[in-house]
Amino acid sequence: MSPLLTTVTEMVIAGVVFLLFFAVIGLFLVYAERKVCAFFQCRLGPMRVGKWGIIQTIADFIKLMMKEIISIKKADKFLFNIAPYFVIVASFLSLGAIPFAKGLHALDFNIGVLYVMAVSSLGVLGILLAGWSSNNKYSLIGAMRSGAQMVSYELSMGLSLMTIVVLAGSMQFSEIVNGQETGWFIFKGHIPAVIAFIVYLISGTAETNRGPFDLAEAESELTAGFHVEYSGIKFAMFYLAEFMNMFIVSSIAVTMFLGGWMPFHIGHLESFNMIMDFIPPIVWYFGKTFFIIFVMMWFKWTFPRLRIDQLLTLEWKYLLPINLVNILVMTLCVLNGWHF
Amino acid sequence: MNAISKYFKDLFGGLKSLAIGMKVTGSYFFHPSTIVTQQYPENRETLTMFDRFKGEVTMVHNEKNEHRCTGCGICEMNCPNGSIEVISKWEVIDEKKKKAIDKHIYHMGMCTFCGLCVKTCPSKALAFGQGFEHAVFDRSLLNKVLNQPGSVLTKEVKE
Repeated sequence: MSPLLTTVTEMVIAGVVFLLFFAVIGLFLVYAERKVCAFFQCRLGPMRVGKWGIIQTIADFIKLMMKEIISIKKADKFLFNIAPYFVIVASFLSLGAIPFAKGLHALDFNIGVLYVMAVSSLGVLGILLAGWSSNNKYSLIGAMRSGAQMVSYELSMGLSLMTIVVLAGSMQFSEIVNGQETGWFIFKGHIPAVIAFIVYLISGTAETNRGPFDLAEAESELTAGFHVEYSGIKFAMFYLAEFMNMFIVSSIAVTMFLGGWMPFHIGHLESFNMIMDFIPPIVWYFGKTFFIIFVMMWFKWTFPRLRIDQLLTLEWKYLLPINLVNILVMTLCVLNGWHF
Repeated sequence: MNAISKYFKDLFGGLKSLAIGMKVTGSYFFHPSTIVTQQYPENRETLTMFDRFKGEVTMVHNEKNEHRCTGCGICEMNCPNGSIEVISKWEVIDEKKKKAIDKHIYHMGMCTFCGLCVKTCPSKALAFGQGFEHAVFDRSLLNKVLNQPGSVLTKEVKE
């Protein structure tokens, strides 16, 4: 087989696998969100469609597929139609860079962290396009708010990841994970790493328009915000893309702070490390990712929604200065060797 | 200096309140005994509604099949949309002609469950029952006669 044919076949297989992964994880996360949300609110959640409601999401998806796609008369049709695809493409591009297990990733750039930051900004474009092309002043307000929010919090996200890059000494994801062989970075980098982790969690939930920062969708205020004019399959795309973004933010947190697929090792305790190695790395990876996703859902169903001015105050007056000082502290630690 | 200390007090105070909130919802999550939802058709055996539940209007009968209704018609006068029809008859007791209840017709299909009939009955003959499964396929089944074939408690109900 010629090299070109091999490459093309590989890419097609990887693409199909990612599409299936997207669909399966999206459906599972929607079900998990509904059940977790229910348990936080002292109720049961979906229980009737299939045992404990597991087929609920599939039923919802079939319903959304069968809905009529309402075309808006004065909307900018071209932008209106491509807006959901921007958000989905951004998710796919970020998904490709994440290492699921040793060697199990699609892309391994030596500037992996920078690539993921850049590519996740494409999602903002999709939201702004959706709000603008809907020809609806409420969705425009929602989209503008969301744009301001996402642009501000990307700063904090990037800076908190830079803290770990300073500790790891490389932007390449495989090297970052390999560097955590003697201990996860959140333990190795003690105080600055813990602060960076908390800041990353907060800005990550703000970045995906989730949790207490969901002003753009504001389910009960702006009647669904920027995607109010979307129906049927297009709405399903926004909805699934939001859950995928949550999965991606959580994956990046796990890879950078909690060791990715690396089992929990303590320094050079050989026997303990060998016991930990029995659990396959991919189980470690998914376990950690779902734990962080659970924490993000915990945030969403505990805290009241922030107003737009409170949101921006939080970022520019609290998170950004803390981040900058934190990077300084981490650099001092690395230069003086004050880390494990 | 004041501004700086206020900044940090706000920051840590905020974080502490977040942690308290998460502890509350966390305790709800990890204690499934706090779930208040009941799975309805499966729990019919153990299901009881609360004491003041307004299920349907019933006429209270004691063990000797006696009720307290004197046929005065005050419930019919107070019902806001005419869901009660009191049909009375004249009875001769101790050589005196007294009004007694013949049929106390209750149109449950029209009833708004406001409770005025129960409240205004002078002899406390009516009460709310606990049953709530009233769905039928034939509307005429909703027109009920509340008094069973019994008699009035002459001793306890003053005329």
